[in-house]
Amino acid sequence: MSAGSNIPTVDLSRGSAGPLDGLGGWVADVGERVGEWVTGLGSMAVFSMRTLRWLLFRLPPKETILPNFYQIGVLSLPVIALTGTFIGMVLVAQSYEHFRQLGMQTQLGAVINMSLVRELGPVLAATMLAGRVGSSMAAELGTMRVTEQIDALASMGANPIHYLVVPRFLGCLVLIPTLVIMADFMGVVGAFYYGVYLKGIDAHHYLENSRNFVGNFDLFVGVFKSLFFGAAIALIACHRGFHCDPGAEGVGRAATSSFVCSFVVILLLDLMLGIMLDGIYYSIWPDAAASIMQ
Amino acid sequence: MITDPTEQTTDPYAPLVRIERLSVDFGRLAVLRDISLNIPRGQTLAVIGESGCGKTVFLKTIIGLLRPTRGAVFFDGRNLAELNERELTRQRIRFGFLFQQAALFDSMTVAQNVSFPLRQHTATPDREISEIVLARLAEVGLPEDVLAKRPAELSGGMRKRVGLARAMALEPEVILYDEPTTGLDPIMGDVINELIISTRRRHPVTSVLVTHDMRTARKGADRIVMLFPLSRLRPDEPPIICAAPPREIDTAADSRVGQFVRGEAGERLMEMRLQKAES
Repeated sequence: MSAGSNIPTVDLSRGSAGPLDGLGGWVADVGERVGEWVTGLGSMAVFSMRTLRWLLFRLPPKETILPNFYQIGVLSLPVIALTGTFIGMVLVAQSYEHFRQLGMQTQLGAVINMSLVRELGPVLAATMLAGRVGSSMAAELGTMRVTEQIDALASMGANPIHYLVVPRFLGCLVLIPTLVIMADFMGVVGAFYYGVYLKGIDAHHYLENSRNFVGNFDLFVGVFKSLFFGAAIALIACHRGFHCDPGAEGVGRAATSSFVCSFVVILLLDLMLGIMLDGIYYSIWPDAAASIMQ
Repeated sequence: MITDPTEQTTDPYAPLVRIERLSVDFGRLAVLRDISLNIPRGQTLAVIGESGCGKTVFLKTIIGLLRPTRGAVFFDGRNLAELNERELTRQRIRFGFLFQQAALFDSMTVAQNVSFPLRQHTATPDREISEIVLARLAEVGLPEDVLAKRPAELSGGMRKRVGLARAMALEPEVILYDEPTTGLDPIMGDVINELIISTRRRHPVTSVLVTHDMRTARKGADRIVMLFPLSRLRPDEPPIICAAPPREIDTAADSRVGQFVRGEAGERLMEMRLQKAES
């Protein structure tokens, strides 16, 4: 008898429902999922690098850039302005009573404007962009993939990333700061209108407290973060569209997963960038932390 | 073997497209296995076979849209997989590709679709481009009033003809046709067949015609090869089960060729039921 013949073996292909069978299947499933996830991440990284390479070395023709800028910037403006206004008003409506009971209603402007400029403005604009523009990009590119239009582009010697992705990426990257500023502005206006005109907060103190509390760095933080949000939205949406499964269901799934994935990444980036920028702020101006403590 | 990708092949008798032991897998799924084929200049090769046997994959590998898992595709002596992006682009514009559903760009008009390759790769003035677009559309029998229409406003036959006009825009050396008559009525199907023949008469092109329409294959091809689905081949069997001129296709030794050519189900339904039962 050979030495190897004594080694006990488990036949996982057998149909009996032993505990090892279930465990083997579970491990295989987890392994497959992890493998898919790592492959997807790698594919996304390669896709992003290709987009950045094209962006650095050759811009696409303006015929492809302008319609995307119009779609991303101009058509998103009304919905972002409207959302910003309502968020500003809702924040005042929700917190006015608590602040009034503490006799601090004139501080509302400072708190709300700070929240708007640093967090809500950028995250809201990015979420709206991911929903309105990102999903539409994923669906459009997914349809182009399914109907072989992307193959047709490549067969005619046009690089699909250069022709389709770079203009969308550029549009999101360049225009999201303006959309964030619009969301901030309309939020501030909405909050001011609701607080001062409908709730009767003293306008002078409301504005004075806002000015003392909200600085240029806060505005910079919001706009700076939005650049990363815009880039992430465009890359995720285009990647999902390019790797869309066949059929109407595949296109639908690409659009949905583009939004869900963008939203999660926006929140993740928001947290990481928030911590990083706060660290930078307090290392440049250490007195700011001390003044808050007093 | 040519090692310098910029070097041109000088031998006019060398095959324009040479396929060597080509295999294409998608993950664990093998679609093409060990296909070797030469396509001489000026020849029209028809590739026939059942749905799912890898005809479209074969066509897309020829133009470099898909990379071979093993083996190589040589175009004019160059291995496409070894070319850099710029060089691959330069080679791709020597091809025209008529896609199964025409793959016209939805967001563009017919005129913009047909002029796309010209604008992308040449510095031709707008006026000249308009003349070329009109000439190409006239060749496929389309009137001027389709110029401003979007693909969604055209019928299936018109879309295929615009696709053919677009494929011809740069007067390519090779035209690849993917199921050119699928989904069309018999008359429009024959119109497309006639256009394929007349295109070849007007321009000295090499063509690869993927189809399961025997009328198209017989009418337009100089040579017909038949691919058989890998899942139903024995491991030692070659994937090309027949390569013959159209007049000999009916008398091919392999009974599966005759069955396909005559469109007979034979034992196929029984096989499918057995496969389902086994799975």
